[in-house]
Amino acid sequence: MGDKTMTADEAVSQLESGMTLGIGGWGSRRKPMALVRALLRTGTRDLTVVSYGGPDIGMLAAAGRIRKLITAFVTLDSIPLEPHYRAARERGDLELAEIDEGMFLSGLRAAAERLPFLPVRAGIGSDVMRINPGLRTVTSPYEDGETFVAMPALRLDAALVHVNRADRLGNGQYLGPDPYFDDLFCAAAAAAYVSCERIVDTAELAKEATPQSLLLKRLAVTGVVEAPSGAHFTSCAPDYGRDEEFQRHYAATPWPEFAGRFLGAGEEAYRAAVQEWRKERIR
Amino acid sequence: MNVSRAEYCVIACADIWRGAGEVLASPMGLIPSLGARLARLTFAPDLLLTDGEALLVRPDGTPEGWLPYRQHLELVAGGRRRLMMGASQIDRYGNQNISCIGDWARPDRQLLGVRGAPLNTLNNPTSYWVPKHSRRVFVERVDLVCGVGYDRAAGLGVSARFHRVVRVVSDLGVFDFATPDRSMRLAALHPGVSVEEVRRATCFALTVPEEVPCTREPEAGELRLIREVLDPGGARSREVPEGVRS
Repeated sequence: MGDKTMTADEAVSQLESGMTLGIGGWGSRRKPMALVRALLRTGTRDLTVVSYGGPDIGMLAAAGRIRKLITAFVTLDSIPLEPHYRAARERGDLELAEIDEGMFLSGLRAAAERLPFLPVRAGIGSDVMRINPGLRTVTSPYEDGETFVAMPALRLDAALVHVNRADRLGNGQYLGPDPYFDDLFCAAAAAAYVSCERIVDTAELAKEATPQSLLLKRLAVTGVVEAPSGAHFTSCAPDYGRDEEFQRHYAATPWPEFAGRFLGAGEEAYRAAVQEWRKERIR
Repeated sequence: MNVSRAEYCVIACADIWRGAGEVLASPMGLIPSLGARLARLTFAPDLLLTDGEALLVRPDGTPEGWLPYRQHLELVAGGRRRLMMGASQIDRYGNQNISCIGDWARPDRQLLGVRGAPLNTLNNPTSYWVPKHSRRVFVERVDLVCGVGYDRAAGLGVSARFHRVVRVVSDLGVFDFATPDRSMRLAALHPGVSVEEVRRATCFALTVPEEVPCTREPEAGELRLIREVLDPGGARSREVPEGVRS
């Protein structure tokens, strides 16, 4: 069985411009931020990004890496509107395929199950149909004859997710209250890169928590990246909560200034810059 | 008994859950949450509440179930849920917008996105909460239909068989759709608010009955629960302040 460990830089080096990329987590929760930061250090662009969006989208949009975004929302949770995404949208910087949260889930499921689409009772009647003119409906072949939206599969070239623990083979464990949709992102993707707070021996996984916490199966995982604080500044319960103070700083700082100070070099430099910023705040 | 405007709003929001039965209550925002918890503690004891994350909890916070986002979306589709959400814009038929203001292709103001509104409105009885009733919110036409209103639903046939917009509660009053064409009707005024004030703050023509009742008075026990148990810090009056509106 293969050791799939790699660095964040090695993981994102396997991504190419023009790819369709799924990003796990939800809003400003358990986002694979170390992988996003690594991606920002590459020249990868023209991405189609599929995400229940948070600062992952804010940063990639601000940096001009997203050609097309597929989402139901972008939020920082405790700050309802993501300012950098918002600015990019209001400048007209990116194409948007805006769909409902449930349609999004059906699209991931369809991709994971190798189906072209799944029917969903959402979308019809709303302007989701107007702003996504490619969406089709399907009529039940049974006697009810109901019309549904045929949500197309959201097939991903690659998925990026972050969990609490993983082993070197790609088995991933979440210890917080919500799996979000990370296993589905991996199942919907041709290649999945998992960052984690800590890589542990396989035997340790089932010792730390119940088997239900073993969310990601190695057969769906391509690469494993050890990235302590890899979700920072989003939450990664129970290892840490959202760094609200730093998130506020992110939201209030013009993008070039934020990127210049925090995102220039590698992940260690990021952590050092955050630490330095915190020291300045205390003084 | 001096009842504040915010407290009338909580009462009006609580009444949304009357008769809902054993279903999930999904209130979004402070005053809808206070209303749902008040209902759960009084006349709607079978309601299920969440902690806002992945747990179903009793009013004292004791967990009684697990509801991660994925199961929540499944439950929306299954229909055993009723909700109250916000509206950046709403029109006379209850079409709601939370996505953006202006042209969707290049908005003047990007807001949250459609979120779950299309799924919610086709599957669950839906109400709306507007903390500041104004002509910017109660518009002639919403810029993007996220939550589906009655005029849109009317053309959907069997696909809309679970569609129901129950009520809209604002800081001025309570609104329903009990009119022949299912357009918005003024159902109750919070004490101290005039019909004229509501009309001035609404872009479209509301149906106004000859006699408009006042929002019901809270019972003493309800008021005690709001003030001492649910919101001892008084956050409600920051969302709906007393006094003259601008």
